Amino acid sequence: MDLALSHDDRAMLDGSHGAAAKLAMRILVEMAHVWEAERLIDITSAHIDSCLYHGRAGLDFANKLVEGSARVVVPTTLNVSSLDLLHPELVRLDAETAADARRLMDAYVSMGCRATWTCAPYQLPDRPVFGKHIAWAESNAIVFANSVLGARTNRYGDFIDICAALTGRAPEAGLHLSENRHARVVFRLEAIPDRLLRDEITPTCVGHLIGERTGTAVPAIVGLPADTDEDRLKALGAAAASSGAVAMFHAVGITPEAPTLEAALGGRRADREVVITARDLRAARDELSTAGPGSIAAVSVGTPHLSISELDTLAALIDDAPPMVPFFVNTGRDVAAAAERHGSLERLRDAGVSIVTDTCTYITPILHDVAGPVMTNSAKWAWYAPANLGFDVVFGSMEECVRSAALARVWRDPELWGGADG
Amino acid sequence: MDEARTLVAGHASGSALVLDEPLSFWGGLDPATGVVIDTHHSQRGEVLTGRVLVMPSGRGSSSSSYVLAEAIRAGTAPAAIILRETDGIVALGAIVARELYGVAVPIMTLGEAAYVALRSGMALQVAASDDSASVASFADDALGG
Repeated sequence: MDLALSHDDRAMLDGSHGAAAKLAMRILVEMAHVWEAERLIDITSAHIDSCLYHGRAGLDFANKLVEGSARVVVPTTLNVSSLDLLHPELVRLDAETAADARRLMDAYVSMGCRATWTCAPYQLPDRPVFGKHIAWAESNAIVFANSVLGARTNRYGDFIDICAALTGRAPEAGLHLSENRHARVVFRLEAIPDRLLRDEITPTCVGHLIGERTGTAVPAIVGLPADTDEDRLKALGAAAASSGAVAMFHAVGITPEAPTLEAALGGRRADREVVITARDLRAARDELSTAGPGSIAAVSVGTPHLSISELDTLAALIDDAPPMVPFFVNTGRDVAAAAERHGSLERLRDAGVSIVTDTCTYITPILHDVAGPVMTNSAKWAWYAPANLGFDVVFGSMEECVRSAALARVWRDPELWGGADG
Repeated sequence: MDEARTLVAGHASGSALVLDEPLSFWGGLDPATGVVIDTHHSQRGEVLTGRVLVMPSGRGSSSSSYVLAEAIRAGTAPAAIILRETDGIVALGAIVARELYGVAVPIMTLGEAAYVALRSGMALQVAASDDSASVASFADDALGG
């Protein structure tokens, strides 16, 4: 397939816009071939995941861009890093890694990216609106932008995110194109008791299940309550992008491109239909747990970062049941500042909760003194933490996490799970 | 995807390692050692270094391109990667590593029939150029033990 480049694309490729733009355009052109795109399109924002340190290669790449006078040309936000600049005492990386991680962060800020340090850029003001083309990395942000905002981003990975930001261009492929945004697999929630259906744990478990069962196809979900809010859709998408490679889902009657199932399917028939029952949700919960009932050593919530309303909800729960084990809350620095004004952050701190910003407890050493299973309401944390950190995990709802923390042992809500549980 | 297609050009050979399910390099591969560390993966503990990695696609995290580039830099990466589906995040890691370090790890997709015929331990030769991609098996001793 031939790739048609614009006048400006060619100028960048020739080096007229500097060495960094040239390298960025060369990588974009190569990726356009990988994705079989016919042209590049303008993007209106970028979200960069390359700022999270995983070794020398990322720093070598960022340094090469900085040396080539890199400067972003669209509003660009930054994902979590390996450090908490606001609470540096929480992170105990070795000095050399911490210094390299900091250099990586500084490099991206020097290119003109905003120091947002959050995996939930959709919680910031000026988020992308329906129909806009963007280039976002970070799997949960990608799925949220496509599914909940109706903005259009492909599944971008580290390195191409900044290439798009430096050029304002992206290959026209994948989820930028309308025909690829239609659902191919339908998941129907059936015979789920109302209390469970209305709990926040259900969308998270549904996300885990569709990630496992849908592959890379776009799924449509039928049967979620019509008032399912953004925080729950966030949790659903993050779970689906961890257990699978889901970059977009439709929640029929809820998300903007799925007013009806027919609209979600683009008028075609589904390739496959899958029924999800209460038994499947329970199985998902247990699959996301590597430890059974018993004592827990800590709780971590906020992967992806908690929103202001989630912080308010958590503060109210914690007021009634202060934690007896270390309790970590991950959120973005902008959301934390707003929650400070709300008063919820102070209430959490007074109860002994540790507030983590700029990074996340599953990617950098924060839970260092914890010996025993960690409980979380995040499927993404539950999915990655056992390998990343070596912890056993217990997965539960936010309320189960709070009440378990107060007891220092797993508490399961009998009304949620039908009573037969430990 | 019915035909073999080059995602990242290059030539390499090695012993095949066929993964039964997709692997996210981030959280799934330790770039310092080349070992699969994904606790959910049935082939946890396998070493990818120098192998011709055969898997349906990548999974999940967008950091996987970084982790693959880091593994290539550290010399722990697979010699080549054969996918059933195009995966941009996997390709990207190899493209950037080639820009930075001049090391080519070829990445190609393969049609279903040829893909399912691949078995772990087969000695494979991957030839991926801009206009064609092929994979050939040859006798184990040709690898030179």
